[in-house]
Amino acid sequence: MRVRWSALFDALLPLIATLAALLIGAIMLLILGANPISGYAALFEGAFGSMNALADTAVKATPLLLVGIGICIAFRSGVINIGGEGQMILGALAATGLGLAFPDLPGIIMIPLVLVVGFVAGGVWGGIPGYLKARFNVNEILSTIMMNAIAVQGMNFLLRDLMIDKLQKGAARIPQTARLSTAYDLPRLVPTRLHLGALIAVILAIGVYFFLWRTTIGYRIRAVGLNSHASRYAGIKVPRYIILSLALSGAFAGLAGAVQVYGVNHFMITDGTAAGFTGSAGFNGIVAALFGQLHPIGTIPASFLFGALLVGANKLQRVTQVPAALITALNGLVVVFVVSSEIWRRKNARRRAIQALEANKAGEPQPAIPVNPQEEEHHVG
Amino acid sequence: MWADLFTGSVLVGLLSSGIRLATPYLYAAIGETFGQRSGVLNLGVDGIMLMGAFSGFYVVFLTGNLWLGLLLAIIVGAIMGLAMAFISVTLNAEQGISGIGVYLFGLGMSDLLFQKLVNNVETVRGFQPLHIPLLSDIPVIGEIFFQQNILVYGAYLMVPIAWFVINKTTFGLKMRAVGENPEAADTLGVSVAKVRYLTVTFGGIMSGIAGASLSIALLNVFQQNLTNGLGFIAIALVYFGGWRPGWVLIGSLLFSMVNSLQVWVQVIGIEIPSDIAVMMPYLLTIVVLVISAQRVRQPKALSKAYERMD
Repeated sequence: MRVRWSALFDALLPLIATLAALLIGAIMLLILGANPISGYAALFEGAFGSMNALADTAVKATPLLLVGIGICIAFRSGVINIGGEGQMILGALAATGLGLAFPDLPGIIMIPLVLVVGFVAGGVWGGIPGYLKARFNVNEILSTIMMNAIAVQGMNFLLRDLMIDKLQKGAARIPQTARLSTAYDLPRLVPTRLHLGALIAVILAIGVYFFLWRTTIGYRIRAVGLNSHASRYAGIKVPRYIILSLALSGAFAGLAGAVQVYGVNHFMITDGTAAGFTGSAGFNGIVAALFGQLHPIGTIPASFLFGALLVGANKLQRVTQVPAALITALNGLVVVFVVSSEIWRRKNARRRAIQALEANKAGEPQPAIPVNPQEEEHHVG
Repeated sequence: MWADLFTGSVLVGLLSSGIRLATPYLYAAIGETFGQRSGVLNLGVDGIMLMGAFSGFYVVFLTGNLWLGLLLAIIVGAIMGLAMAFISVTLNAEQGISGIGVYLFGLGMSDLLFQKLVNNVETVRGFQPLHIPLLSDIPVIGEIFFQQNILVYGAYLMVPIAWFVINKTTFGLKMRAVGENPEAADTLGVSVAKVRYLTVTFGGIMSGIAGASLSIALLNVFQQNLTNGLGFIAIALVYFGGWRPGWVLIGSLLFSMVNSLQVWVQVIGIEIPSDIAVMMPYLLTIVVLVISAQRVRQPKALSKAYERMD
C-alpha cells in the first residue's frame, strides 16, 4: 500500500511543483497590489471561460505541443535542445518562402508540402548542433542557443529584403511578407480560431509515443539517453542517434513554426526578436515537455495547461494591471520546481528498491513491484 | 569605404569601445568560471544579469546613487546565485534544465518589474569615464585604455585576481579538486557542498555586476531582455577559455572587438545588411566552441550532481 502511495506521489510531483509556482505567483500578485484570487479567476476565465477562449487556448497549446514532443525525443536521448525558437523560425521561413513562391497551386497539394518543408528545415537547423556535438563534442546547449540568435537575424534580414511584401517596398518598409494565398490556410475545425494544426499535433504526439517505445530506432534513442557507454558497447552508433534525435527535435519545432504561419498568422512579420514570432514557444515547449514527464502523451495535457496560462495571462493583465510577463517568470519557476522535485522521486525509487530487497531477504515471495516502466528512464543529460 | 575603418580616429574609437564592451562578458564569464571549475554549470547567467541590470538601474533611476545601484545588483545576484546553488547542490537537480528555469524567471521577472515600476524609456546618468592621471594623457593608448569608467577597470582587474585565487590559493585547490573528483575531495575532508555554494553564489554576484555594468555604466538604460543572450555567450566564452581566466579574457576581447567592429562598420556606412553584421558574433561563437572543444578538456565533474552515499 505504501508503495502505491509513493508511486502516486511521484505522478503528482509536477502538479505539486506547479501549485508551488502558482502560490509564489499569488504572493507576487499580492506584493504588486493585486488580489491573487480575482487575478487567478481572471486567468482561468480568460483561458476556459468561453468557446472562443478554449479554442484560443488550444491554438496557443499547438506550438507548445509540437515543440514539446520534439523535446521528449531529444531529452530522452540525453541531449538538451534549447534551440526550439530558432528551429521554429527556420521552419516558418522555409514554409512561407515556398508558399510565396507558388501562390497558385491547390491547397490540398500545397498545405502538406509546406508543412513537410517546415519540418525538414527545422530538422536541418536542429541537425547542425547535433552534428557538431557528435563530430566535435560541442556542447549542444550553447550551440543551439547560438543557432537561435543566428535564425533571428536571418529572419530579420529575409523579411526586410528578399521576402518583403512588394507593397512595403518604397512605402513604410515594415519588415513583413505579403499575405499567403487564402487557399493555403489550414482548415478551421469548429467555427473558432481552432485549426487543423492542433489535431495534427495531437496525432503526432501519439505517433512519437509509438516511435519511442515501439520501434527499434526509438528504443536505441532511449538507450543512448540512459547510458551512452553501455549503448556503444551494445553496438549502437551513438553519434548517429545524437544527430538523429536533435534533427527530429528540430523538425517538430520547425513544423510548429510552419503551423503557426499557415494556421494563425498567414504571413510573417518581425519586431526584431525571436519571441515576436514564436511567442517563446521554443522555450515554453520545454516547460510543457518537462511537465509531461518527457512523455509525448503526457505532453498533450501539459501543453494545454501552459497554453491556458499564456492565454489567461492577457486577461490577468487587463483585470489586475499586472504585466503578462509574470507568466514567463512563473514558467521559469515551474521548470526549476519540476526539475528539483526529481530528488523525491529518486528517494522514493531507492526506498522501493530497498523494500523489495528486504522482502526478498525475508524469504517472502517477491511482490510484483509496481514500478512504472518509465521510472528508471528519467535521467536527462 | 573600408579604408575609412583604418583612419586614426575611427581605429581609436573602435578599440576603445571594444575594450569597454568586453566588460559584461568578463564579469559574467569570470564568475561562471568559478562555478564550472567546481563542477556546477549555471545556465541562468543571463537571467541573473537581467535582474542585476534592472535592480541597479532602478535604484539609480530613483536615487541617482550609482554605488547603491551596484550594491543592490550585487545583492540580487547573490540571492539568485544562492538559489541556483540550492537547486543544483542541495536538491541535486539537473543543471542544464534548471538553469534555463532560472533564466526564464529572470527574463520574466525583470520585464514584469520594469513594466510595473518604470514602464518608460528612461535613461540614467551612469558611471562616467575616469581618467587615470598621467596614463590617460598618453596619446592614443591613453584614449583607448585609460579613459574608461570604473566598472570597466574592475572587470579587467578581476582577471588576475581570479587567476590567483584559482591557481595559488588553498580555496582554489579545493575548488579544482571538487570539480575534477568530488568523491576524492570529500574523502580528504573538503566539503563539496560548501565549495560549490561559494563558487555559484560568487558567480551570481558577478552576473549581477555584469548586468549592472550594462544598465548603469555602458548603455544607461533598461528595457525588456536588455542582455539579449549576452549571458549565454559568456558561458560559451568559459568553454572557449578552457576554464582559465587569461583565455577567458582573450575570448571576451575577441568577442567585443568583433561586436565593436560590427557597430563601427555600420556607423561609417559600409554596405553590409545590419542583420547579417549582428549575426557575426554568434557565428563566431559556434566556430569558437568547435575549436575549444578540440583543444581543452572540461572539468570532469562539470554539471554532475554529487550525492554523498551516507
